[in-house]
Amino acid sequence: MNIFMILIGSAFINNYVFAQFLGMCPFFGVSKKTDMAIGMGISVTFVMVLASVMTWLFYNLVLVPLDITYLRTLVFVLIIASIVQFVEVFMKKMFVALYSKLGVYLPLITTNCAIFGVTLININQELSFIEAIVNALGAGAGFTLAMLLMAGIREKYEHNPDIPEVFRGFPLALFSAGLMSIGFMGFQGII
Amino acid sequence: MIEAMLVAIFSVGGLALVFGIILGFSARKCAVKGDPRVDRIINVLPGANCGACGQPGCSMFAEKVVKGEADYKSCSPGGASAAAEIAEHLGVKYEGTDRMVAFVKCNGSDDNVKRSYIYDGPKSCVAASQLATGGNKKCLYSCIGHESCKHACPFDAIEMKNNIAVVNTKKCTGCSKCVQVCPKNIIEMVPDKAKVRMPCNSRDKGKVVRENCRAGCINCNLCIKACGENAIGFSNNVMTIDYDKCTMCLECVNKCPVKAIRYTV
Repeated sequence: MNIFMILIGSAFINNYVFAQFLGMCPFFGVSKKTDMAIGMGISVTFVMVLASVMTWLFYNLVLVPLDITYLRTLVFVLIIASIVQFVEVFMKKMFVALYSKLGVYLPLITTNCAIFGVTLININQELSFIEAIVNALGAGAGFTLAMLLMAGIREKYEHNPDIPEVFRGFPLALFSAGLMSIGFMGFQGII
Repeated sequence: MIEAMLVAIFSVGGLALVFGIILGFSARKCAVKGDPRVDRIINVLPGANCGACGQPGCSMFAEKVVKGEADYKSCSPGGASAAAEIAEHLGVKYEGTDRMVAFVKCNGSDDNVKRSYIYDGPKSCVAASQLATGGNKKCLYSCIGHESCKHACPFDAIEMKNNIAVVNTKKCTGCSKCVQVCPKNIIEMVPDKAKVRMPCNSRDKGKVVRENCRAGCINCNLCIKACGENAIGFSNNVMTIDYDKCTMCLECVNKCPVKAIRYTV
């Protein structure tokens, strides 16, 4: 039950985009088309899980025994950047079809703060290994959902001539993100 | 104190070193050999990403060309020089192409054609052509002159002269963006070397044309008779020049009573 709570919690209640305001850059940058949004969302979910696994192991097997947990920010950045790089190179060689679908988003993910946020929250909430993975999965699902919703809305209004010129493009994206964020506050009371 | 510092420095430094080695090793181990010709072709291309070749961008075009899925000559902005260089990189023999440029088929500048009313709407040919009269110039087939093609041109090659679009053939790369945008369909791609062109595309009868425009073709057929090469055709009240047959003798240009047919520079 606890695991299910974590999943729902990180996907909806503490949605990384709408409730915690992490990963804003890809949320606005890549949410112009739904297929791109899905691709980005899946890549982010994948990297989130991978990064959670790696950072959790590193934290508990290296940083805690050495008593240098205060260095986790620095070390996690290092780990995330390295594994994203590694995955990109590996995928290019081994899974070309997958690379052409998802690989283009990987460089964008290297410095995505949503991923970094997930790994830090895993540690700060003292989640177990399994819980950390579930938390990452939920966060990824929430991010994908946010991207998909945003892309759907933006596709609708992108070419609407009724929108005043001052609001076109980015301003309206910010407005809709704010309204969606208010909408996601409705999940607050679920658990 | 100093111990804590040393532990931090060496552990993080060691970690970075390990990651660096792993990454460096994997980069070498998993290196994918891309075709070096792709990069060379990308360098040759203009990089405007205009899409005239039908591909999403210059790099995609280069990839498709190397794979043999696209014609290396289809980059019109790059023109003959780019095609020749690409052919060299591909190791195939280059056969020349005619450089195509856009040509606005209308003589209806403000000197020649009158306005039927004052248009006060948005400055866009598309908007103006939606009105019942298809723009406020008296001739139904004329260039409206609201600069839609000028804005569409990625190479700044279209200027407005006397409320009519004029293509600067030196800057024009033949990407056809203006052809797609023109709501009156009066822009056509023609070979740059064919200098004798027929700008008027009015399908009205001669009398109506005469009333609307001073430089419109009145279908007098003098040019057809003057042409020794049989290069001028006539259909739907529009004269057409067969550029393959035309020898640019200028007989038709001299004969034309309204100076509709022109030697274009």
